[in-house]
Amino acid sequence: MFAKLKKWNKEKMKAECPVCGAMIDLPEGTVVGELIECPDCGTELEVESLNPPTVKEAPQEEEDWGE
Amino acid sequence: MEKVKVSIVGGSGYTGGELIRLLLFHPNVEVIEVTSESYTGKFVHKIHPNLRKSTTLKFISASELQPCDLLFLCLPHNSSQNQIDRFKNLAPRIIDLSADFRLKSESEYEKWYGHKHARPELLNEFVYGIPELHREEMKNAKYISSAGCNATASILGLYPLFKNDLVDEERTVIEVKAGSSEGGNKVNEGSHHPERAGVVRSYMPTQHRHTAEILQELSFGKIINVHFSATAIDIVRGLLATCHVFLKKDLQEKEIWKIYREAYGNEPFIRIVKESEGIYRYPEPKLLSGTNYCDIGFKKDEFSNRLVVISAIDNLMKGAAGQALQAFNLMYGFDERTGLEFPGLHPI
Repeated sequence: MFAKLKKWNKEKMKAECPVCGAMIDLPEGTVVGELIECPDCGTELEVESLNPPTVKEAPQEEEDWGE
Repeated sequence: MEKVKVSIVGGSGYTGGELIRLLLFHPNVEVIEVTSESYTGKFVHKIHPNLRKSTTLKFISASELQPCDLLFLCLPHNSSQNQIDRFKNLAPRIIDLSADFRLKSESEYEKWYGHKHARPELLNEFVYGIPELHREEMKNAKYISSAGCNATASILGLYPLFKNDLVDEERTVIEVKAGSSEGGNKVNEGSHHPERAGVVRSYMPTQHRHTAEILQELSFGKIINVHFSATAIDIVRGLLATCHVFLKKDLQEKEIWKIYREAYGNEPFIRIVKESEGIYRYPEPKLLSGTNYCDIGFKKDEFSNRLVVISAIDNLMKGAAGQALQAFNLMYGFDERTGLEFPGLHPI
């Protein structure tokens, strides 16, 4: 466990935003299923895997802007 | 460190007022003189009331100007070119905020401004004033000509696409919605409040002069066409440029993100604004009032190769005084953000 955390600190885990391509830092202690927000495009993302680190778009509530 | 001594020629207009406001709080600048022929002898804060208790400077006539390190020229168009020798004798460096020295081509100037340029041989002495495009030239420049506000928003929005040769050169359409301060502080029948309030006035559907600057800066040696229209709307500050271009190849939004990130990722005053949630998903001029930011967003049409680029600025800041101060900072080797850190207000 300690070794794993040490590794996390040394090599910051990054995942690519599937919407805008930004490389997002996954904070220490991130777990699969956690929701994070892309700092560039603001999309809410769900952590899909940690090895390799991947994220996918989280389901969003549709807003009606066209009435 | 000794401060740079600057004077402002034509300081009673809105652009001049904004420039005075910025310069008074710049740590490396001392404002020596401000001229106005209409208000000679009056306190600067009489005309720019936001500057009460910030300065006790009074307007002087331009004929009384003393030598200084740099002159900012905020004169009406077609004034600087007729007095440029005198100004050059007063200061080794000049930043002109009028349109007089923006174009490099004498014939293009004549075509768009409808008269011959008084000093065409000087056109190439001035660096075109958008720092994001001409930063290196500015560092050694003696003379800079600040860009037009509509042109600034349009050029910054489209620059990465034209630079990378990604768009159909013939089919670019730009629609700018602009606030009333673009028209300056001289009143006319159209600016009378009952007439101006609430309008969506198509005031220049074609042949806006800023088109010439856009063509100059985006052509990259090619023949391009830009179709520009301007509409006056019911805001005081700010403008929004909605630019329609047609991509030569079918790029995905992620690829377009990459192109804009490469062009502007390190730029202190350009923000890519394209969010999937929230109220302000795309650039909004209202949030930029008083700031030097240019916010740029885009959306690719899923059913065609059309890309819509949306660009917003405060016309008096990034479109005039802020841009000029950013250029000044580069000229003198100061951090280019100095005096321009204001992040805007919310709500406003």
